[in-house]
Amino acid sequence: MGNEAQFITKNFGKYNPMSIDSYLAINGYAGLKRALAMDGEDIASLIAEAKVKGRGGAAYDMGRKWSQSRAVKAPHKVVICNADEGETCTFKDRELIKNDPFNLIEAITICGYTVNAQDGYIYLREEYRHLRPLLLNAIKQAEEHNLLGDNIQNTGFNFHIHLYSGAGAYVCGEGTALIRSIEGKAGRPRKKPPFMKVSGLFALPTCVNNVESFSIVPHLLMDDEREYISYGSGESLGTKLVSLGGNVRRPGVYEIPFGTTVRDIIYDLGQGIPGGQSLRLIQFGGASGKISDGRILDTPYTYDDLKAAGVTVGSGSILVVDNRTSVLDFLRMTQDFFSEESCGQCTPCREGNLHIKLILEKMARGEATQADIRDMKKIATIMSISSLCGLGESAQNALLSAMKIFPKIFEIGGAA
Amino acid sequence: MADTNETKKPEMVHIKINNIPVEVPAGTMVLAAAKKIGIDIPHLCYHPDQAVKAKCRICSVEVKGSRKLSASCTTVVWEGMEVFTDTQLVRDTQVGILQLIMADHDKDCLTCARNHRCELQELCARFNVQIPHVPDVTKKRTTENTNPAIVRNPSKCIKCGRCFRVCKDVQGVEALTFAGRSDNLIVTTPYNLPLEKTDCTLCGQCSLVCPTAAIVEKDDTQIVLDALQNPEKHVIVQVAPAVRVALGDAFGYEGGAIVTGQMVTALKMLGFDKVFDTNFSADLTIMEEGSELLHRIQNGGKMPMLTSCSPGWINFIEKHYPNLLPHLSTAKSPMSMFGAIAKTYYAKHAGVPVKNIFTVAIMPCTAKKYEASRPEMGRDGMRDVDAVLTTREFIKLIHYVGLSFKDLPNSEFDSPLGVGSGAGAIFGATGGVMEAALRTVYEKVTGKEAKPLEFNDVRGFEGVKEATYDLGVRKVKVAVCHTLRNARKMMDRLEKGECDYDFIEIMACPGGCIGGGGQPYNTTNEIRKKRIAALYEIDKSLPYRKSHENPDIITLYKDFLGEPLSDTSHHLLHTTYHQVHKLYEFK
Repeated sequence: MGNEAQFITKNFGKYNPMSIDSYLAINGYAGLKRALAMDGEDIASLIAEAKVKGRGGAAYDMGRKWSQSRAVKAPHKVVICNADEGETCTFKDRELIKNDPFNLIEAITICGYTVNAQDGYIYLREEYRHLRPLLLNAIKQAEEHNLLGDNIQNTGFNFHIHLYSGAGAYVCGEGTALIRSIEGKAGRPRKKPPFMKVSGLFALPTCVNNVESFSIVPHLLMDDEREYISYGSGESLGTKLVSLGGNVRRPGVYEIPFGTTVRDIIYDLGQGIPGGQSLRLIQFGGASGKISDGRILDTPYTYDDLKAAGVTVGSGSILVVDNRTSVLDFLRMTQDFFSEESCGQCTPCREGNLHIKLILEKMARGEATQADIRDMKKIATIMSISSLCGLGESAQNALLSAMKIFPKIFEIGGAA
Repeated sequence: MADTNETKKPEMVHIKINNIPVEVPAGTMVLAAAKKIGIDIPHLCYHPDQAVKAKCRICSVEVKGSRKLSASCTTVVWEGMEVFTDTQLVRDTQVGILQLIMADHDKDCLTCARNHRCELQELCARFNVQIPHVPDVTKKRTTENTNPAIVRNPSKCIKCGRCFRVCKDVQGVEALTFAGRSDNLIVTTPYNLPLEKTDCTLCGQCSLVCPTAAIVEKDDTQIVLDALQNPEKHVIVQVAPAVRVALGDAFGYEGGAIVTGQMVTALKMLGFDKVFDTNFSADLTIMEEGSELLHRIQNGGKMPMLTSCSPGWINFIEKHYPNLLPHLSTAKSPMSMFGAIAKTYYAKHAGVPVKNIFTVAIMPCTAKKYEASRPEMGRDGMRDVDAVLTTREFIKLIHYVGLSFKDLPNSEFDSPLGVGSGAGAIFGATGGVMEAALRTVYEKVTGKEAKPLEFNDVRGFEGVKEATYDLGVRKVKVAVCHTLRNARKMMDRLEKGECDYDFIEIMACPGGCIGGGGQPYNTTNEIRKKRIAALYEIDKSLPYRKSHENPDIITLYKDFLGEPLSDTSHHLLHTTYHQVHKLYEFK
């Protein structure tokens, strides 16, 4: 049975998101107050012990990231909250901001304290502009209560949070493109090094985390019962927000304990596929994620188990596609997305997306040859191993995984 | 030895490339490390003088332990690193990327301006790319050729970003930028305006670094070939000082080789009726500009005075700092002075009707094409300089007539406009105009020859140099800067009243004219420095090293001009400047 947990989402519906008083009334900001009495390194260790991994998609060890950021010595450092939730079928960050904005502001402030930063930036995706008043209000009220701004709680810690939005490009979720967008430049990724933790926004040392990653922290600091690590096992401790969408009866954001099976998520929490249709495929982790079919249903949702089954957690989305959509049509749709969203700077991504789109169209017309399929696989491989940023690297995850899961579709009789 | 004299040795790192051990300093990129053992990893966006872009990805190689390939232009070596540049995966990726680039590139190679001189073509030849695997997806975009200097052919652009970087980082102009995304990404101008209507100064540095023919100089070779075949035309040519130390690069000489004698022979064999030297009119410029400086000092003229020989710089100040135009010397550039003298004094001297004289200038510069087209640079609707060829176009002409350049004997410039002093020769290097002026002005004011004759403080490759010289009656404080980025900084200081100089030399291109936008394609800063050294060598070897001692100049003033700043001089050798409005202003 799939059971929802309430750890990250425990504040949902418990307070008025426009009122800091109602947030304080449910013991809000206790996490920050506790953090301010701690050594930053201990906060990073706490996160590391809970094995929290970045929830934006890269799954980088978050405690380690904070510890590394802390170690960079500089007079001015910044923290960025990546709220550019652009992956398809991904909307968990939206729910977090909508239901629990103060927890996010509190978390960013804790991060600022931990890594010795003076400024925090929230990069909110343009399409979430309706959430701006919530965040601006939360920032303002936190400042009024001396929970943000100068000399927070008389500790001498100064920290300010700024809200930014881009112009709506998917690629701006990539860290280096995101900082260029905030800087007022075209949002195109740059090469690394220099790495963000050394030279990020305005060339300052920068620590970037996803909304969900942040949102865990205040709860973790107050988790005296060690509830969080009671969920899951191994490298996948705690809970995870999944965005379930596509052909399911009850799409939505669910907080699941790590280890819940994919079947329980789709058929229990999501109540299965409507209209008597059957399952065609599932895409995990957004447009840049890999796909699988019904064979994955009994896999527990953990980093390691999903990896062994050929997919990844990614952005935490689960897109269910039923038999009314063909694999080829699904791939063409995904390809259209990347053909639109590639920034175009590096050759493999710019030209590769174009040619793969052309070959997929040729397939749809029934005109593709086996040589086309070979070229497509070759180009997809080149993209995934030689692109400048994560977008180009992952753009063909769907195609390359489809070639493994549905090999027959790519077998064309006759011409070689 | 004292401890302080010990030079600190860089930390060395040991790596293996294709199992061959290599020792390189820490911080070296894999691309450079491979070069050390004779492996040329293919590259297109990489340029030795530019910030690493890592966009073309064709330099991808395998690094042991990495799940992806690594772009060797941006991957720093580490102790124990193992690199593989020739695995199947690397080859498939490099050739695959090359084919993807080719598929989106206008492939009319046979009639292309850079046929045989194209970095993309070289790579296709190297990898023996014969049958394209991917369909052609070239977007036919309009060629932009509305100005006399630069032609942009966006269908040939491979989006490497070299032009963008040189325009932004070296020149500080940013007339070119990326726009659009995905396969619609293009390099373009603000609002897609023609270059001449943007901040562009036509300096041509973009055409020098472009690996393909996406940005090239406007080709005027056919105009010159036609004139040479026209029996009515008396075709004379002048050659800028910077050409003779760069031309050899295209014919197998080491960078900075001095090929003056063979160059003159080549021009004579091309059929020019007279081969003259721009060094001569550089001396003339010093006579006029030096006299103007003294006149301004003595009569309370606008100070500091700014040099006016670099046409990229003139375009820059007319667009960006029109309020500072009164600071510019009114002296025309050596090229334009030559043209004016050729169509007056020389015509009479040679007994040729002016309308039959066709003057060609061979310049290291694209902006000179624009300068020659200015209405100020001519009389009675007639241009003083009929055609300007860049060094690159000159190289094409030498190939055209099938000359074996290296085997050519030496020849001398013709008379009467063929003698140049050492001062004229060093015009091609940053600081050269200043030094040439100082040699003459010092002697005019003090009555004594400057000892030593070399003004070393104004030499060298630093972006901004300054010095003060004692002329006895007063000291003169001078500054020299090259690249428009440095020019902008200097003009900002001047606007704020923070420039207490008397005389400032400004050259648009890095290193001065020897690094001009019309020079051979191999031009890098390392080669620029060699060319500068070669010009100083020419200076030392010449019998006359001061402009006012050039016997042809003395004759010209005696027989024709009278004296510097005379009415005839003003009429022929001086000009005016105008504010140029851009079509857009960010306000």
